[in-house]
Amino acid sequence: MKEILSGNEAIARGAYEAGVKVACAYPGTPSTEILENTIRYREIDSSWATNEKVALEVGIGASFVGARSLVTMKHVGVNVAADPLFTLSYTGVNGGLVLVCADDPELHSSQNEQDSRNYAKFAKVPMLEPGDSQECLEFTRLAYEISEKYDTPVLLRTTTRISHSKSVVNLGERTDLVREAKIEKNPAKFVMLPGNARVRHVVVEERTVQLSKDGCSMPINRVEMRDTKIGVITAGISYQHVREALPEASVLKLGMVHPLPFDLIREFAAKVEKLYVVEELDPFIEEQVKAVGIPVIGKEIISICGELTPGRVRKAFGLPENAQTTVEKLPGRPPNMCPGCPHRGVFYTLNQLKAYVSGDIGCYTLGFMPPLSAMDTCVCMGASIGMATGAVKVLPPEERKKVVAVIGDSTFLHTGINGLMDMVYNKGAATVIILDNRITAMTGRQENPGSGHTLMNDPANAVDFELLCKAIGVKNVRTINPLDLDECRTVISEEMERPETSVIITDKPCVLIKREGIFKAGAPLQVVDESCTGCRACLKIGCPAIEWIPSSGKKGKAHIDPLLCNGCDVCSQLCKFSAIQEAK
Amino acid sequence: MSDKVTNIVLVGVGGQGILLAAEILSETFMLAGFDVKKSEIHGMSQRGGSVVSHVRYGKEVFSPMVPEGEGDILFGFELMESYRYLSLLKPGGTVVVNDLCIAPPAVLVGQETYPADMALKIQELCPDCLLVDGQNLAIEAGNARAANTVLLGAVSKRLDIEEKYWIEAIEKMVPKKALDVNLKAFQMGRGLK
Ligand SMILES: Cc1ncc(C[n+]2csc(CCOP(=O)(O)OP(=O)(O)O)c2C)c(N)n1
Ligand code: SF4
Ligand code: SF4
Repeated sequence: MKEILSGNEAIARGAYEAGVKVACAYPGTPSTEILENTIRYREIDSSWATNEKVALEVGIGASFVGARSLVTMKHVGVNVAADPLFTLSYTGVNGGLVLVCADDPELHSSQNEQDSRNYAKFAKVPMLEPGDSQECLEFTRLAYEISEKYDTPVLLRTTTRISHSKSVVNLGERTDLVREAKIEKNPAKFVMLPGNARVRHVVVEERTVQLSKDGCSMPINRVEMRDTKIGVITAGISYQHVREALPEASVLKLGMVHPLPFDLIREFAAKVEKLYVVEELDPFIEEQVKAVGIPVIGKEIISICGELTPGRVRKAFGLPENAQTTVEKLPGRPPNMCPGCPHRGVFYTLNQLKAYVSGDIGCYTLGFMPPLSAMDTCVCMGASIGMATGAVKVLPPEERKKVVAVIGDSTFLHTGINGLMDMVYNKGAATVIILDNRITAMTGRQENPGSGHTLMNDPANAVDFELLCKAIGVKNVRTINPLDLDECRTVISEEMERPETSVIITDKPCVLIKREGIFKAGAPLQVVDESCTGCRACLKIGCPAIEWIPSSGKKGKAHIDPLLCNGCDVCSQLCKFSAIQEAK
Repeated sequence: MSDKVTNIVLVGVGGQGILLAAEILSETFMLAGFDVKKSEIHGMSQRGGSVVSHVRYGKEVFSPMVPEGEGDILFGFELMESYRYLSLLKPGGTVVVNDLCIAPPAVLVGQETYPADMALKIQELCPDCLLVDGQNLAIEAGNARAANTVLLGAVSKRLDIEEKYWIEAIEKMVPKKALDVNLKAFQMGRGLK
């Protein structure tokens, strides 16, 4: 059967066909939809873990007792999961284990542009890189075979343009050789104490040599001979851009990007006049090819930064660019928090209080944007609290009070708890605001351990944030309604004054939550023209439902789009003239 | 079948339903027997950011991204976003654009103004431009929310694909209860000169 699938959907399908029993992940663009699709297959137990390290450990546990497991994450998630990954390389697997890491060249939706292929080399595990959705399906299946044949976890690397592009896929059947789980003890392999690990390290090195050799005859490493003037070594999405931009060039398309099939590369190099590597981000293939003494051109002509496009490849090879229409400069259209978003009032208040906001990652990172302009740092998930502790250690007393960490519910549960425990333990006197909107909103509203449901939609325990913070030892824990600006101001300023750790928890949900009984929109508000003086106070929260109409009245007036307004009532609290009222 | 790949670029504002329209296009081309690729960035699509989707079909498609300056059709859901991405269109390419302005954040708060005469400027640069009053035609068809389908109808008329494949794709992708209105909206779009 033929279907149009995204790379992510095809990976989910491939896992199903490969007989996977357990799929575990922490969401992250562009990887999220893989687990949102494995739930279509009842045979797979799919779950969101609290973070990527836990996700991988769940996958490892299932593998060690014999089942095939799938673990997925975005590139920076691998940083979190790196600890188990490096030693998993030594233990190897029992049931096949595939870790999908989705890179994001061009930073469409990420905080850095790291090249995860380096993890394959660093952790000494094979990595496959598909170039379209059909390959996503096939390589996923193959990855399980390689995993079990070579006793190794396998990394499957995608990029945004692979994960989120759709193409035609031929579907297969689920294998009838699904491995059953059972306890099999094998301490020499699974207990990594120095004595055992020393032995396993040798196995790992031999495995890499073997894979490099066998890679030369794997069909996924494919030579396409055309004109021999130019030979290009490439992989993944770059292959597609090369075929588009240089249709006559000979190509060595690598399906396995680690370890490299050096003999095959030598053979190909000998057949072409000039050899190139076309790859996004780091000179990962290029440096290794150069290291074995094969002359090749790569980053001399292709940028390390950003993603490739057919046009960029063409330009790198000195081909004429297409004629393009140029247009005048336009206002940008950055994303914005939704109308009625519960984060807005908190950031407005932090701006007013001139706080130094130690930020974190989620929808609330948009609090950085004007007019809210209330986020001063953003490094990685969970970092807000530790960074606040560090700043407070060294700032003079009057500045110390200004330090406020803000963190979302999902991010707090991901890696924020450890930071808070440390802050209390080491007497860090900062204020922490947990923005509990009952969901992992940024990545498209995934459930989390605080939201009361699982990925499979079963009811689950919901973490009680207040109790949790108290158990950690926070003495001052207060819950506020973030849509009440007076309450926000009073409570946040009181806690900022306090020379001790305090936690403030907000309790209003994301407006996009669809589940019954969680979010309820209020009646839309309207601006009463006669009362609006054109003071612009309501514009300070940047709600997309409020538009400034310069031509209205003498100074201009505000207007609320009744179709967009969620009736959160925050704007009306800013209007001193009671011009914003419920629409009649 | 010729080797020519046809390139369509869909642009607009997050939340306008661009991704669904791109799905319907892709499905249609697959049903008509073509190789299809579609690529988009949708991380921020729900937060009102600008959204671009590339759809390409032909005998064999390599890159999922429309090469700069090779777009055959720009399918625009909003005027300023359509103007912004004209560089993807080939010289002499076709524009089908919704006659709609959505103010971006800086315009909402009165810091900048929405650029004047967007429709005119697009027409100046691309004479083969159809300006569609999607909203009103959709209301005429029975539901304001079918504006995208009116536009889709207009785009379909500019591509050499049999009508039955379009209908089949719409029937597959649009919820049952909205189907009649959407089929009517599609035909109204197809009828536009
Ligand atoms: C290590 C890591 N994993 C995943 C992500 C992707 N990501 C960014 S923010 C976020 C979750 C945000 O949820 P929450 O903290 O609840 O804030 P909200 O978006 O709901 O406001 C995720 C999963 C990331 N940036 N880094
Ligand atoms: S998705 Fe939810 S949390 Fe994110 S901006 Fe919208 S309302 Fe706020
Ligand atoms: S009540 Fe005001 S701030 Fe809230 S959504 Fe409506 S317009 Fe925006």
